[in-house]
Amino acid sequence: MSDPDENLPAQHLNSAVPSGPTRREFIGQVAVAGIGFGIGSNLHAEDYFQKTRAAAPGETTVHLEINGAQKTLRLDPRVTLLDTLREKLALTGTKKGCDHGQCGACTVLVNGRRVNSCLTLTVACQNAKVTTVEGLAQGDALHPVQAAFLKHDAFQCGYCTSGQICSAVGLLSEGHAQSDAEIRELMSGNICRCGAYQNILAAIKEARVAV
Amino acid sequence: MEAFAYREVQANRSAIEALATEPQARFLAGGTNLVDLMKMGIERPKTLVNINSLPLQSITVLPNGVLRIGALVRNSDLAYDERIRASYPVLSEALLSGASPQLRNMATVGGNLMQRTRCPYFYDVAFACNKRNNGSGCSALEGFNRGNAILGGSDHCISTHPSDMCVALAALDAIVQVEGPKGERSIRIQDFHLLPEDHPQKETDLGPAELITAVDLPNLPFAAKSHYVKVRDRASYEFALTSAAVALDIMDGTVRAARIALGGVGTKPWRSTVAEQLLMGKPASEAQYKTAANVALQDAQPRKYNSFKVELAKRTLIRALLTVGGMV
Ligand SMILES: Cc1cc2nc3c(=O)[nH]c(=O)nc-3n(C[C@H](O)[C@H](O)[C@H](O)COP(=O)(O)OP(=O)(O)OC[C@H]3O[C@@H](n4cnc5c(N)ncnc54)[C@H](O)[C@@H]3O)c2cc1C
Ligand code: FES
Ligand code: FES
Repeated sequence: MSDPDENLPAQHLNSAVPSGPTRREFIGQVAVAGIGFGIGSNLHAEDYFQKTRAAAPGETTVHLEINGAQKTLRLDPRVTLLDTLREKLALTGTKKGCDHGQCGACTVLVNGRRVNSCLTLTVACQNAKVTTVEGLAQGDALHPVQAAFLKHDAFQCGYCTSGQICSAVGLLSEGHAQSDAEIRELMSGNICRCGAYQNILAAIKEARVAV
Repeated sequence: MEAFAYREVQANRSAIEALATEPQARFLAGGTNLVDLMKMGIERPKTLVNINSLPLQSITVLPNGVLRIGALVRNSDLAYDERIRASYPVLSEALLSGASPQLRNMATVGGNLMQRTRCPYFYDVAFACNKRNNGSGCSALEGFNRGNAILGGSDHCISTHPSDMCVALAALDAIVQVEGPKGERSIRIQDFHLLPEDHPQKETDLGPAELITAVDLPNLPFAAKSHYVKVRDRASYEFALTSAAVALDIMDGTVRAARIALGGVGTKPWRSTVAEQLLMGKPASEAQYKTAANVALQDAQPRKYNSFKVELAKRTLIRALLTVGGMV
């Protein structure tokens, strides 16, 4: 922005542009990095999660089925499904892009529907069935969407890919996308910084035949 | 995010009671707006009351032909409902133009009605904002106000209401059904959202412990010919700069009735009854549509960066009218 006004907010457009970390989040990240240096590399995701969170006025027990496995978790109600997957269950296939519903990197399937796990509170998922990118393959056989993404080279850096794949699985089961334009529109909740859209479209068209 | 106590409720009464008795409690529906604002430190509820198990999940036709949409019906399910697509296409189109498929799978009708502005100064706690902190001032008045409202603003606030769904509901004259400590009542959509005036923090007519239970769509046969046009900075997954929801009843080239509402330009979903009246009994022609668009925007008060919205809103409305009238 070359706007001369000083009165510019961080998020200056009415737009879905990811905002940067707040000061508090930044300090939090630095503090965590500091701990990491102090006690070496054997700080597992689960320990990290337990040790760094603030005391809350009441943890809640949540039962979930994640990729077919039953889980019972004790959680601070503030924790999002995204952070539960990544930090508590070490399912790091699901990515955190913006943490505000603006990019789609965190897309997972909850009870078969694609949702943004960054805006989903885990406590609100009592008894839900969650499928992440780790749960799509049947043993060694890739899900048709995964296979099509590989075949069509539907990524560059890969950061958005697990979200794209879960979103495409949701899209195909919804069954509303017929034309190329419809596929593009109904995949618009997944932003690819590398611009692999052309190949993502090709992959989804191929997978649609297989699914 | 600040700590909060968490509760789940199974009955409307318990939801209302929880909000009436617990200080600073909020309902959690899809969470797509509330959780976001809690992460930003803008909403700081002490208690979250999860209402997702309440029996407000269905779309039913009442004996008088009114279509009743439960407050927890998801935006995607509403948009793809066959009755909505056939009888109120403007609503389906408005919903599908909003947010993303993932967000629409989460977002509810009640939450969409209650979603808060996307004014960048509301989102950035470093700036003054009367909506967030009444009395602190409005940074948008002299600030970067490209996205802000040109209709219905005051010296205290010029933020737009961001919803697409609500623009369609305004055109359809929807009724919001609510239930509270004192019982049930109905609120016309025009009266549901308030102008900012000197109370930008009070955005709706909903009382502190009232629950939205449903939205009713009155019978409006000519709404089968209706349409939503949305203009934005990119093709999808973006809020409106301008939008128009339109329904027309045309017989032998004459407009018998019209419904017109605008989005992206008003501090609330902007029904324009003056433009509707102007069209009544007139030829269904581009010239008339232009006159109606001029009338709809006659009170516009643009600011430094958003004056483009006046012309853009007119063209958006004309395009919507021409489309419904079968002229494009
Ligand atoms: C990246 C992004 C892009 C978006 N783009 C668009 C767009 O282009 N167009 C658009 O229209 N919208 C857009 N949205 C907004 C989206 O439509 C809203 O966030 C959504 O509709 C809110 O519904 P919800 O059920 O998730 O509400 P929640 O977040 O659960 O709740 C929102 C508010 O409503 C209250 N509430 C919820 N249900 C009730 C009830 N039954 N009774 C009383 N109060 C209730 C809650 O207490 C809360 O205060 C976007 C959102 C995001 C994150
Ligand atoms: S992390 Fe970007 S949408 Fe969830
Ligand atoms: S492949 Fe890099 S962001 Fe999509």
